[in-house]
Amino acid sequence: MNLLWLQSGGCGGCTMSLLCADSSDLLGSLADAGIRILWHPSLSEESGAEALDLLAACAAGETPIDLLCVEGALLRGPDGSGRFHVLGGSGKPMIAWVRELAARARYTLAIGSCAAWGGVTAAGSNPAGACGLQYDGEAAGGLLGAAYRSTAGLPVINVAGCPTHPGWVIETLMALALGQFDGDALDALARPRFFADQLVHHGCARNEYYEFKASAEKPSDQGCLMENMGCKGTQAHADCNLRPWNGGGSCTRGGYACISCTEPGFEEPGHPFVQTPKVAGIPIGLPSDMPKAWFVALAALSKSATPRRVRDNAVSDHLTVTPAIRRTGLK
Amino acid sequence: MGERIVLGPFNRVEGDLEVQLEVADGRVAAAYVNSPLFRGFEHILRGKDPRDALVLVPRICGICSVSQSAAAAAALREAMGLAVPANGELAANLVLAAENLADHFTHFYLFFMPDFARDAYAGRPWFDAAQARFKAVRGTAAAEAVPARAAFLQLTGILAGKWPHTLSLQPGGSTRAVSAAEKIRLYALLREFRRWLERHTFGDTLEAIAGLDSAAALGAWAAARAPASSDLRLFLEIADDLDLARIGRATDRFLSSGAYPLGGSPLFARGVWQPESAAVAAFDPDEIREDLSHAWMQGEARHPWRGLTEPDADKDGAYSWCKAPRLAGRVVECGALARQMVDGHPLARDLVARDGASVLARVVCRLLELARVLPAMERWVQALQPGEAFCAQGALPDEAIGCGLVEAARGALGHWLVIRHGRIASYQIIAPTTWNFSPRDAAGTPGALEQALVGLPAADARVPLAVQHVVRSFDPCMVCTVH
Repeated sequence: MNLLWLQSGGCGGCTMSLLCADSSDLLGSLADAGIRILWHPSLSEESGAEALDLLAACAAGETPIDLLCVEGALLRGPDGSGRFHVLGGSGKPMIAWVRELAARARYTLAIGSCAAWGGVTAAGSNPAGACGLQYDGEAAGGLLGAAYRSTAGLPVINVAGCPTHPGWVIETLMALALGQFDGDALDALARPRFFADQLVHHGCARNEYYEFKASAEKPSDQGCLMENMGCKGTQAHADCNLRPWNGGGSCTRGGYACISCTEPGFEEPGHPFVQTPKVAGIPIGLPSDMPKAWFVALAALSKSATPRRVRDNAVSDHLTVTPAIRRTGLK
Repeated sequence: MGERIVLGPFNRVEGDLEVQLEVADGRVAAAYVNSPLFRGFEHILRGKDPRDALVLVPRICGICSVSQSAAAAAALREAMGLAVPANGELAANLVLAAENLADHFTHFYLFFMPDFARDAYAGRPWFDAAQARFKAVRGTAAAEAVPARAAFLQLTGILAGKWPHTLSLQPGGSTRAVSAAEKIRLYALLREFRRWLERHTFGDTLEAIAGLDSAAALGAWAAARAPASSDLRLFLEIADDLDLARIGRATDRFLSSGAYPLGGSPLFARGVWQPESAAVAAFDPDEIREDLSHAWMQGEARHPWRGLTEPDADKDGAYSWCKAPRLAGRVVECGALARQMVDGHPLARDLVARDGASVLARVVCRLLELARVLPAMERWVQALQPGEAFCAQGALPDEAIGCGLVEAARGALGHWLVIRHGRIASYQIIAPTTWNFSPRDAAGTPGALEQALVGLPAADARVPLAVQHVVRSFDPCMVCTVH
């Protein structure tokens, strides 16, 4: 399968993340799955006129595009002209290239939350008129329109995340190449379900602090980040704490909040990212699928039941009280 | 009147780039560098809670993400009047150094060297070796370097949660305290990367490379080894054949913000190398002005404290979204070569004394930094004190200003933050490639790359190879450039 990768109104971080794949042979694995990189802006030899010839052949349908990966938001400004990103050497706005190429693509993938929804590039006043391929924030539409389907009949596959996890990209590409990916593999926001059916909360290393609502109060504390520090891991769809980042990390393991970067509109939470919004002392964003009354009742109960070890360690950056040693055999 | 050619898209740089050349008699007579992407982060940040900068600015750039974090943390730190505990400083240095070294490594193996494996060089004595090793996507170097880089960046999995786009770097230090066991894992990761570099990149110890103190010593080192004995050796063989020491000179005025602070003194010094006196002068950030005369931006030249970012796509005479920063009116170059010049490394100084800045000097200094910084990282890991604080705490003032100056892989990065009524009133950014790839200023003086391209052979208007080498020798980051 021919893979064509384009970058526009983003940071290139999803490519950088991809290169962090936990694989001893990333490029070999893609080749082994039958994926041929036609052109990737960070990896390929072809530059300038060579690259433009290649893109033109794809746009004309002379070279088939099986996998069109777009990284970065699509910039419609100023005034709908797309001139905030004119592809170098081509004199043509990137949004025009993407429209032409997406019409030819067997599968079209949004790599990262910018390409999926607009992402951070659409934050604040959205000065560049950024949107995603098939979403404009939470609204379906985007550059290609809600009705767009790639020639295989699928909507844009939203491999969201800021950045995406390398495993999300590789497994989506390989599943497509192996013929093991169809419409049922997508959630309601067209994200691959294999990572989007999980919550960041699943497998969080701060689990015990969460159970007892033993909360971090300041940066570097070990406690649960939900009550005070802005963490949305109990609502954000991704498996970040089930598959490690860079060998063993995740946002919560790194000591800071999940900002729900796989969700449309995450860039404008309506509150400071690192501060939990509350009403009457209760966080507004409750864990997914949890009735508020039960959450409040359980939180009150678990707070009163918190062991001193958990309470003290929650507001320290290292263990101050270690777990008691118990005989674990039958007594 | 010469021919005018337009080159782009430039790949194997971070982001998009277009270069227009006026060619006369087969050589570049003038160059115009266009940074074709504008997103408007300085607008996005306006009105936000100042702490939000730590989430937003890393996302300016996926390859300099930590550098942007570090600059924002430094600006906030100055605004808050915080002092960072020793552990916090060490941890932040380690995360930034991990990114910077990974970027040097990525540049060499994935971005820069593949151009020597192009068919146009078939027949050169080194071509077969270069093609087998460095062919884009298919060479052995890409296959081996990508996993080595990923393993090295596991440092960030421990110290920063992930890379890119961590939120671990804070005004007061790091959110991520390190345990005694994690110290051992960090140390092991560093030693593993050291072994890779010593085996493949250098074919020698890091200390031996860091100790090369002149062009003659570098030449003698190469003469004692077979051309294919290491990647550096092969590069030197190519550089000698193609005379890469004599292409790519800009102004020879070098800026460094100073890198990796430790207890008040950085590992690499801050300053400005002055070619007239062949000496380092103090770097005074107040002497910066961003000229807008040839950028698609409205307004007059200003210091970043009062900087404007008002895009105007129809402005006459403009040809780039990039502003033109000048230091005391002068064009400066930044990057690994500049850092090593300002810090006084004898190899950098000798290479520049002989031929000025060049493709060779820039690439050698990047590799030199791999050899100089990795041993420092080993020391920093050993100096971590588990159980002691990693992060100082403080409150944000409602009215304050803060400036953060750091060294990204590609050179001097500055953030200027103004807080009014508890919100970001102004946020201005000058990135390394803003300096290096700036357009002309009001006096018509071209930017550093624009100067470095003049005189190069460009008979092959489709893919002029010397132009490719010079452009990539700066390791440009175009997404940072305009932001």
